[in-house]
Amino acid sequence: MLSSKAPRTMTHRLLAMGAVLTLGTLSLTACGGTSTATTSAGSSSAEKVGVSLIVKTTTNPFFVSMQDGAKKAAEAEGVDLKLAAGKADGDEDTQIQAIENAISKGDKGILITPNGPSVVDALKKAKDAGLFVIALDTPPDPADAADITFATDNFAAGELIGKWTAAQLDGKQATIALIDLFDDKVVSVDYNRDQGFLTGLGIDTADAKKNGDEAKTGNYTGGKGGSYEIVGSQASQGAEDGGRTAMETLLAKNPNINVVYTINEPAAAGAFEALKAAGKEKDVLVVSVDGGCTGVNNVKSGVIGATAQQYPVKMAELGVKAIVEIAKTGKKPANSEGLDFYNTGVELVTDKPAGGVKSITTTEASDICWGK
Amino acid sequence: MTATHLEPAGTQVRQPILQARNLVKTFGRVVGLDGVSLDLYPGEVLAIIGDNGAGKSTLIKCLTGAEIPDTGELMVSGQPVHFKRPQDARAHGIETVYQNLAVSPALDVASNLFLGREERRAGLLGSVFRMLDTKGMRTKAKQELTRLGISTLQDVTVPVENLSGGQRQAVAVARAAAFGSKVVVLDEPTAALGVRESNQVLQLVRDLRDRGLPVILISHNMPHVFDVADRIHIQRLGKCAATITPQSHTMTDAVAIMTGAATA
Amino acid sequence: MTQQQIAGPPSAESADLAEEFLDRQTPLSRIRNILHRYPAVSPALVLLISVVVFGLLNDRFLRVENLSLITQQVSVVGTLAIAQTLIILTAGIDLSVGAVMILSSMVMAQLAVNSGLPAPIALLAGLVVGLAAGALNGFLVTRFRLPPFIVTLGTLNIFIALTLLYSNGATVRGSAMPDLLTWTGTTFPVGPVRISTGVVVMLLLYIAIAFILGKTAWGRHVYAVGDDKEAARLAGIAVNKVLMSVYLAAGAVLAVGAWIQIGRTNAASPNAGVDLNLDSITAVVIGGTSLFGGRGSVWGTLLGALIVGVFRNGLSLAGLDVLYQTLAVGVLIILAVSIDQWIRKVKS
Repeated sequence: MLSSKAPRTMTHRLLAMGAVLTLGTLSLTACGGTSTATTSAGSSSAEKVGVSLIVKTTTNPFFVSMQDGAKKAAEAEGVDLKLAAGKADGDEDTQIQAIENAISKGDKGILITPNGPSVVDALKKAKDAGLFVIALDTPPDPADAADITFATDNFAAGELIGKWTAAQLDGKQATIALIDLFDDKVVSVDYNRDQGFLTGLGIDTADAKKNGDEAKTGNYTGGKGGSYEIVGSQASQGAEDGGRTAMETLLAKNPNINVVYTINEPAAAGAFEALKAAGKEKDVLVVSVDGGCTGVNNVKSGVIGATAQQYPVKMAELGVKAIVEIAKTGKKPANSEGLDFYNTGVELVTDKPAGGVKSITTTEASDICWGK
Repeated sequence: MTATHLEPAGTQVRQPILQARNLVKTFGRVVGLDGVSLDLYPGEVLAIIGDNGAGKSTLIKCLTGAEIPDTGELMVSGQPVHFKRPQDARAHGIETVYQNLAVSPALDVASNLFLGREERRAGLLGSVFRMLDTKGMRTKAKQELTRLGISTLQDVTVPVENLSGGQRQAVAVARAAAFGSKVVVLDEPTAALGVRESNQVLQLVRDLRDRGLPVILISHNMPHVFDVADRIHIQRLGKCAATITPQSHTMTDAVAIMTGAATA
Repeated sequence: MTQQQIAGPPSAESADLAEEFLDRQTPLSRIRNILHRYPAVSPALVLLISVVVFGLLNDRFLRVENLSLITQQVSVVGTLAIAQTLIILTAGIDLSVGAVMILSSMVMAQLAVNSGLPAPIALLAGLVVGLAAGALNGFLVTRFRLPPFIVTLGTLNIFIALTLLYSNGATVRGSAMPDLLTWTGTTFPVGPVRISTGVVVMLLLYIAIAFILGKTAWGRHVYAVGDDKEAARLAGIAVNKVLMSVYLAAGAVLAVGAWIQIGRTNAASPNAGVDLNLDSITAVVIGGTSLFGGRGSVWGTLLGALIVGVFRNGLSLAGLDVLYQTLAVGVLIILAVSIDQWIRKVKS
């Protein structure tokens, strides 16, 4: 008992020391954070425009590149940029806290990709407190919760790949698999891309804000036109594993699928794995939306036939600049013509161009993937 | 029945507090108790000894309501009783201190003494808000400890886990002996204790007896048994092999009876 | 003579004395005894130090508006952590707290908005949902003797699925709800600050549960059951009844949490509370309540929730990335559990 006593006390000391060290390190890191910000701003740190960028998650490279774009723009414009993110897709609570913290900090503006409708109340508080709110990529629901949205026209993106698919089919029968984002919640990017794709293909979507309510068989009018059959819609959560499982399920329903729409490129990559495992990868047109650097490479290597490229980095850069502009001159950005948001553009990326659909090659797309 | 029933001298006219007659308990084809009888008189320490599997614990469980005997009868102060649960035995004043102590380490001494029979404050605070009378319970706990002669527990607000093994045993014994109980059953109270603490507990057993509270003591430890017991009930193969006294037999005799090497 | 126990070695007694002697001498063990007796002391110190440090880092931090904001930000997880504390005190764990809360909030909102029921009835229905969920958890734990971890892992998924099935994944907006449902989101002025009603509701709940745990026989039995189930049973406590009542009480607390959540976000969202089960466990653990049961207090939990809130807000105001906030919370958890382990070694 005597002998066991001494080392125990030792452990306690070490433990206590560890605790003190950790706390010390934490506070040091915190100090370091602020001091770097101050030095980069020079003497006029008090005059710096504060901007908070609140993205959906930091687990998606799309949002990471958005953060990078914002950081670059912030450095160039001398902006005090704070980054925040939800813990998972759909995590509204963390975003609400980040919005409140931005108000508390005295920021001039907020750039946000909202995780869901619950954030609108907090955004309203921000607007009431005089912050300018710019939604990036996804408009809040309702859209007027933000002052303006900088986004990809997802419906147009869907339409582009739909038109391309129609042209590639060249009048053949289309047996279509739709790999969506969710089946347990309704988000605009999900139905806009899906329904845009069907519209581009020349299929009547019935309710354009609802996936899966279109006629399952009939004729498509895009390209030379022809008959079509929709095998089904499956959720992928926008990830490789989800895409693969979705594709496997749909192939089990109908092995003759020759057109695969996917919500994004990770889902497309997953779907391609399933097709490869079934030995079908040669005869199927896989289309997607995003234009991330990995996605563009997948187009180049033939995993994906065509993708619609969007520009998240540009969104973030434009967002940071817009808030600086408002702080300096009071001039606010305006919506693109005919749209209820500021369109940051979309391009079709493919190495198999189709007549009547404007596209860029993968080599061109790699240079500007996600707008870097 | 080869058992001889010795009764303490001069107590023939006194009524036993607890009586068991021909208890039989079987577990499937295994016979745990094969017609065991037992008498416990006021103010005595009755030890129960026996080899493993001799039926000691089955006997105790039947006496304290943890097991229901197949046949046979139990009487408390001459009245027949039927225990279906430990609570039934407790309601008749039979309190048990289990080998694993059954105290809540994080609760203090007073809370442990009153565990399961807490007292509430008088008036609205007690009846509507069901507020505990912590102060009152502490005072009463101190009084009970003094009455039982337990001097090792000075501070009733100390969590039990801060106490030594002997003190914890004292808490458990005090809980069993307090609040008007008639019989205290102690299952291996010294098994996990050191010499000094064992002696404290044995002294506690003597103190309880001297205050008129009869004690049933189950133990493997012969010196302890011969130290405090007035009579010794020896279990062997599900039966009572003999009931002896420390005066009538030696430790060696007891072990011989226990192992079947001799009869009383 | 094999039955006879050999008396301990002669040195046993002196070693005993030596240990007692040592125990009295070390100042560290004295601190440990204090922490052991008042488990809320260490989280209180951590909270105090972190408030001072963050106050020095950013002068906006100590503004009353910001401090009021932090209380609002912890009001939901703080309420859920009360339920979690009750269950952890019985040596259980509840992974379903967030899911139950969301299900209850969706029922409240849907019934009031889509079914047009009066607001008090909708609230009551939400309470019934919370109680039913607690009853299911409690039933599975007591009747089937399944470990709470497994039970609530199962019911977590069940409740998430029920929520999505029931709500079709749609959010119900606060503007469509009757005022009573969003009442917890209203604020009232106290001097220069505005205090949120939801925070007051949470604090009242803390006071009530602290009273019940500390001052009633039921509370004492909850501790006894968590401390040593067998000992509690032998002491005549109906262990299963106590456990069942704990899960029911937790369910009721979660329903109140649902109400606070609706007020806080001014909406009922099926996607809310992604990590609230883990966040509530974090608050409980940082608050000094032992995951082994029988030790801790709801006041510690409140401090734990506030510490997490202060760290998140303070690090955010200091301009740190959200990932560093998560990192800091992780360090806090490990520290808290290490301290708990150390405290538990009192005279082992």
